[in-house]
Amino acid sequence: MLTTPNKPVAGKKSDQGFVYLPLIAGWLVPGAGHFLLGKWVRGTLLAVSIIAMFALGLAMQGKLYTSVQDILDMLGVAGDLGSGLLYVVSRVLGLGAQPIQTTVADFGTKFIVVAGLLNIIAAVDAHNLRTGRKS
Amino acid sequence: MFHPSHFAAVLLFSLFASTVFGITMRDTPQRMFRYGAYCFILFVGSAIVLSWVMLLIAR
Repeated sequence: MLTTPNKPVAGKKSDQGFVYLPLIAGWLVPGAGHFLLGKWVRGTLLAVSIIAMFALGLAMQGKLYTSVQDILDMLGVAGDLGSGLLYVVSRVLGLGAQPIQTTVADFGTKFIVVAGLLNIIAAVDAHNLRTGRKS
Repeated sequence: MFHPSHFAAVLLFSLFASTVFGITMRDTPQRMFRYGAYCFILFVGSAIVLSWVMLLIAR
């Protein structure tokens, strides 16, 4: 008796190509992982949310973590690095270098860190879409 | 430079975080929207409740 083969996992587009490309692209540029997979609306919403959060953090005179003095600084750097190229470009342009002087600037620093963490979540989501774990 | 009020900062933070949570944690657009709205209400609601608690503790 013939058995029907299992259906391919939903959302799995192809087995060709580098499976980690959406993950890396999504980390470097917010939303790019979803764009690579043809999820244009999701990618646009993610990109707008993450870039806006990062930009508002800078506009609120938030600080970009640059050096590790203690464990909290280390966590801050890890969060900031989650923004990928946004962090690198901002460092090159000298943005977010001033010390925190107001409460709103402290909020801005948190906006920047959380934007990085949200970008990591979005990049992992793109990876899950690529591997078929999510549709 | 941008100097929002504390509540406006809460609203902006909640909006962006909820959008990402909704898209990444659910599969279908309807469920994404509902989960995003749920997260937004929880973010803002918990901020308001904690603000009142801190005010009462400070008195």
